[in-house]
Amino acid sequence: MSLGKEFTKGIIKENPIFIMLLGMCPVLAVSSSVINGLGMGVAATAVLVASNIAVSALRKIIPDSIRIPCFIVIIASFVTIVDLSVKAYSPALSQSLGIFIPLIVVNCIILGRAEAFASKNGVLGSILDALGMGIGFTLSLVVLSAVREVLGAGEFLGNSLFGAGFQPALIMILPPGAFLALGCLLGLINLKQQKSSQAERS
Amino acid sequence: MSTSMSTPLSELIVSPAPHITSEATVKTAMRDVVIALMPALLLSLYFFRWQAATVIITCVVAAVLSEVVAVKLQNKPNTIDDYSAVLTGLLLAFCLPPGLPLWMAAVGSASAIIVAKHLFGGLGQNIFNPAHVGRAILLASWPVAMTTWKTPIDGVTTATPMAIIKEVGKLEALGETIAANELMAQLPSIWDLFIGNVSGSIGETSALALIIGGIYLLYKGHIEWRIPGAFIGTVFVLTTLVGVTTGKGLWYPAFHLFGGGLMIGAIFMATDWVTSPITKKGRIIFGIGCGLLTTIIRLYGGYPEGVCYSILLMNCCTPLIDRYTKSPIYGGRVKNA
Repeated sequence: MSLGKEFTKGIIKENPIFIMLLGMCPVLAVSSSVINGLGMGVAATAVLVASNIAVSALRKIIPDSIRIPCFIVIIASFVTIVDLSVKAYSPALSQSLGIFIPLIVVNCIILGRAEAFASKNGVLGSILDALGMGIGFTLSLVVLSAVREVLGAGEFLGNSLFGAGFQPALIMILPPGAFLALGCLLGLINLKQQKSSQAERS
Repeated sequence: MSTSMSTPLSELIVSPAPHITSEATVKTAMRDVVIALMPALLLSLYFFRWQAATVIITCVVAAVLSEVVAVKLQNKPNTIDDYSAVLTGLLLAFCLPPGLPLWMAAVGSASAIIVAKHLFGGLGQNIFNPAHVGRAILLASWPVAMTTWKTPIDGVTTATPMAIIKEVGKLEALGETIAANELMAQLPSIWDLFIGNVSGSIGETSALALIIGGIYLLYKGHIEWRIPGAFIGTVFVLTTLVGVTTGKGLWYPAFHLFGGGLMIGAIFMATDWVTSPITKKGRIIFGIGCGLLTTIIRLYGGYPEGVCYSILLMNCCTPLIDRYTKSPIYGGRVKNA
């Protein structure tokens, strides 16, 4: 596979949220506003790129039988760095994301890329893979949280959209809204995929 | 599938014996339920006037329009004339406060039909009672509008009997008996509760009208006594126990029976054919579960009324209840597990 494809596959074809349904816990929890979704996406992407580089560089000296604990230690180190940086430079974001920044350690997208890609490929490919997946993850989070913030708070990035007369549907920024919005988006994406695969066949 | 077959497989009807034909169809059954709701509808129009009429009309129209759009988008056969959307709209309106902003009522209808019914596969496939899903979505989205209640006839903003009971309970727990007694004096009489001359959702206030509708459905054989009986019985037994042990007396269980949404929930919502168990034992379990959850939410929960959530919670247990209460195949061995 060409390097360009390593980069682009994570954005649409193997999108971690909408196609592979990975990392659902932070996706459902932090997508209540665009700024939270964006912060989560960027934090996870930073960890993903760093851990992919480290895992790929060390792939020949990590013993196969204990590779998962090694990956976790690498990931946890980078998550700690990101967690402390967010706390230092953006305390408000750290406050609203809360436990979900430390929980990036157990985000299956990150371990998944380490196991499925970085441990078998070179550093350059791993960087592109991580960037593509990270961008796919961030974009999906922004789309999902935009739907929820607009409907549930009447705002986009904190700017009021519809004026004072609009009464937003609170449920969309509450936990059930996450499931409703994600379910509808997944349904639309599956519908589009079905249509395009039918078009290819005929 | 081969094209040489004369009849497409989807048109053959496969069903277990006995093959008795009957006049009853989805359409006649739904129509009978709508008829059974008429006494409550008329009384709600009498008590809440235009504030009820506008919400009811909006809900029914929005439900039917949503149904049209949903079946059109899915290229499904038109199901408008089976009354199911009309019924969902009517039941939803009965669970809403009179005078609710009409666009909210329309959103509730659309979410009941599109989210709760068609996203789950359409008529007969939904896990949750569509009308109650519509209400739950509205209550979570616009809590203030959904808990603004009106007095009958005058239409002045007031509290529901269930909310007063909840406040009395809170005051008593704090030891403020004088304030609690003052609040209790605001409670309407049992007779007013029974005929529906109290504040509350549009169609839930009149126990009398709902019971008449329930008797009609029992007579027509569309519902059976097990779910409403077990539901109402459980609430009655538990609240009687509470009433007796706290020295309140027998008016207390009567309030719980007639004061909130119990009658409409037990007779019309919990008995929904699609979302309730099909086995007899299962229906008893379902009814007891609903009654238990309703009582717990009313006495200890954050909301004054728990009928809607208890039915939704038991709806998702329905497949499990059916699975564990199905009778063994005739001649088959009864498993000990």
